[in-house]
Amino acid sequence: MSAAPIPHGEPAGAGAARPTNYLNADYGVRSWLLTVDHKRIAVLYLVSITLFFLLGAAYAGAIRLELLTPRGDVFGDDTYNKMFTMHGIAMVFFFLIPSIPATLGNFLVPMMVGARDLAFPRINLLSWYLYMIGGLFALGAMVIGGVDTGWTFYTPFSTAYATTNVIPAAIGIFIAGFSSILTGLNFIVTIHTMRAPGLTWFRMPLFLWAHYATSLIMILGTPVVAVTILLVGLERMFGLGFFDPRLGGDPVLFQHLFWFYSHPAVYIMILPAQGVVSELVCAFSRKRVFGYAFICASSLLIAVLGFLVWGHHMFTTGQSVYAGMIFSFLSMFVAIPSAVKVFNWTATLYRGSIAWTAPMLYALGFIGLFTVGGLTGLFLSTLGTDVHLHDTYFVVAHFHYVMVGGAVMAYLGGLHYWWPKISGRLYPEAPAKISAALVFLGFNLTFFPQFVLGYMGMPRRYHVYVDEFQVLNVLSTAGATILGVGYILPLFYLIWSFRYGELAPPNPWGATGLEWQTPSPPPTENFVRTPVVTTDAYDYPHLELLPSPKEVPVG
Amino acid sequence: MLKSEHMVGVGTYLTIFFALMVLTAITTAVAYVDLGVLNVVIMLAIAVTKATMVVLWFMHLKFATRLTWLWAFGSVVFFAILVVITLSDYLTRAVLS
Amino acid sequence: MAEALASAHAPDVHVLHVAHQFDDAEQQWTASTLGMWVFLAQEVLFFGGIFAVYVIYRTLYPDAFAVASNHLDVALGTFNTAVLIGSSLTMALAVHASQVGHRRALVGWILMTMLLGSVFLGVKVYEYAHKWHEHLVPGPWFQWHGEYPKQVEIFYSLYFGMTGLHALHMVVGLGIMTWLVVAARAGRFGPDYHNPVEITGLYWHFVDIVWIFLFPLLYLIGRHWHP
Repeated sequence: MSAAPIPHGEPAGAGAARPTNYLNADYGVRSWLLTVDHKRIAVLYLVSITLFFLLGAAYAGAIRLELLTPRGDVFGDDTYNKMFTMHGIAMVFFFLIPSIPATLGNFLVPMMVGARDLAFPRINLLSWYLYMIGGLFALGAMVIGGVDTGWTFYTPFSTAYATTNVIPAAIGIFIAGFSSILTGLNFIVTIHTMRAPGLTWFRMPLFLWAHYATSLIMILGTPVVAVTILLVGLERMFGLGFFDPRLGGDPVLFQHLFWFYSHPAVYIMILPAQGVVSELVCAFSRKRVFGYAFICASSLLIAVLGFLVWGHHMFTTGQSVYAGMIFSFLSMFVAIPSAVKVFNWTATLYRGSIAWTAPMLYALGFIGLFTVGGLTGLFLSTLGTDVHLHDTYFVVAHFHYVMVGGAVMAYLGGLHYWWPKISGRLYPEAPAKISAALVFLGFNLTFFPQFVLGYMGMPRRYHVYVDEFQVLNVLSTAGATILGVGYILPLFYLIWSFRYGELAPPNPWGATGLEWQTPSPPPTENFVRTPVVTTDAYDYPHLELLPSPKEVPVG
Repeated sequence: MLKSEHMVGVGTYLTIFFALMVLTAITTAVAYVDLGVLNVVIMLAIAVTKATMVVLWFMHLKFATRLTWLWAFGSVVFFAILVVITLSDYLTRAVLS
Repeated sequence: MAEALASAHAPDVHVLHVAHQFDDAEQQWTASTLGMWVFLAQEVLFFGGIFAVYVIYRTLYPDAFAVASNHLDVALGTFNTAVLIGSSLTMALAVHASQVGHRRALVGWILMTMLLGSVFLGVKVYEYAHKWHEHLVPGPWFQWHGEYPKQVEIFYSLYFGMTGLHALHMVVGLGIMTWLVVAARAGRFGPDYHNPVEITGLYWHFVDIVWIFLFPLLYLIGRHWHP
């Protein structure tokens, strides 16, 4: 480290002098709220989405509490409807969709392409403000009485019959949608126009490919749900008839428009997670990825095919049988690129030098749980079985396996992996491993019983159920408690590490990638000189040539 | 001007403008003639022609990179997916209410 | 109007401004232009959603839509189409002026574009007011004494929804042009730097294209038909 003077305000107990980096370059609330530095914006997002995650988790806790018993004894029917609605809204629109792209993506995309910032830094800041404003509307809707339509806002209930605060919630989601669009726009332009010299498309880390594909979906899908929400709002306010059969409209048309976005939206949630997993698997098996080009192609294929399958959410709601058959058939194809990725990650692990760090535990957990989630998605895509499984807990278990067992675990893995770069500190490894184990165990205990419940016929969104379902529900709630502990621990030790963690070197993992060529934390401009790239993405030396396994820091 | 830019002459702009005016007049006039299902076809064809002229010359797409072409027309492809598949639901339902 | 700048004032002061994240002006131009095209792609899907609703209901209720469409004023619609295409021309001429560094012409053409855009919006206000008096604004005050009242109300919901969304985009465009004309007057743009003029032009042309489709789809259904 250079012998720079100790910056103002740094704790002397830190020992070494910290050079100017993006965290200490400027102080004060204004320097954060008016920043255009993509790294600071990423941290702003990190804080805000964590708050929404905690909110969504609180609603989840309420749901699991209620489901301990077969009677509706904690909440009345309408209140329970609000619990699962607001759990869904908080988690889907204000946590999962932004999560990896807005935090890790914003932080890393410019660094991975070798640039000083994203293409449009002020638009990046605007996207955070839009997220916050949208969040305030949604929060407001919750505070003034909540919404009970389900996060899916099906009509004509949401437009004509619901007596809850649909409009403020809809406004919040509408605004947050534009936050998402602007993030995607920034990534696309940055990746197309600002790659460092020598960084060809096929030398880019898979994290970038994943975020590019995600951005395609953000740009092409989000506006459709935005205009649909607008129509729902207008219909509700003026008594229009787009989606109301009494007025000549069709509720299924709402569903077509809604799911045209909301199905690709799940790929917005999973593609960045897959990008993270590719990075983790390579770094912690110290091997180049197997089948790089196939993983790139799979990411793009998922983005495109994901737009062709939305009707598989509507098999039983009145869509024509022929359309149902087409959607079912196409849905089988969208599983293929994801399967290719799972095979390729596994092949990467084979004969790799595996390091059992916390991020790697999350990545391995992802591979297993995502596979289960993905396969059960195929059961649901099969028209015949879906008639039995639709609107049961089988669906709930399926999507939690991919979104929580998949996306959230990848998010946590990525957060740990890049924590040294973001914070300049090492997180403590032992608590991190314990958290990963608790999350994995707690998750499976929470959601596996739900597959069985769904198969046995327990409907989703009901808080009253027949007595024979109670044992499985109690197991699920027990699992949720363990899962909650697993999630709370990182909150504590990551914040702790900001102050007391060991100072991180530029490349604590010995990993490849431009982001690891900068100090931890990086200076505001990322690179003193624009790097020139001359190698492929995962240019690890062949393992046979290494004298001894590289050590990774142990907390 | 930068390397990637292209200058379109004023004469070209005026030509395109007059063509657009003529097509507008035609589309309004044809609407009053009963050509059955051809009315919709002609109307859409004229609209697409007008839009294409605006995109190619006013928006300089004719001189832009292939990437720009991809973005200009790619979105229309996804719009088409939305409309065609949704319509296929309605056209294959047994009973319309 | 495309005459050379003959003013005795100081020559155009156009600062070659390259933002800190870009390596050079070329990269900045490529990025900002691509950025606008990507934004317009998003807009295609935004309008596309409501266009899709239109396609479905027109397919389901062709006669109701024809009857409802006949109550729109074709003369005003055609006039407005011509006005908006004219404003696209003037916007293209503004971009041209910025490319050759003719500041006065640039300012003039932007102002002309804004004038034509305002004329368009003025006509729309007139049309909307007229519809209000005819009780054709959807909602609790809607009245239709002919056939297919519910479907006609859906048509008018689409009419107001689609043209309203379009008009909103025009208002935003006029707002952007207000900033643009002030900056142009101050000499901010010249042959080396005129990105904002170009991308405003792209946006405005897109708004024109949306109307190119809206006009026939809303105003020209079943005009040949006399029930």
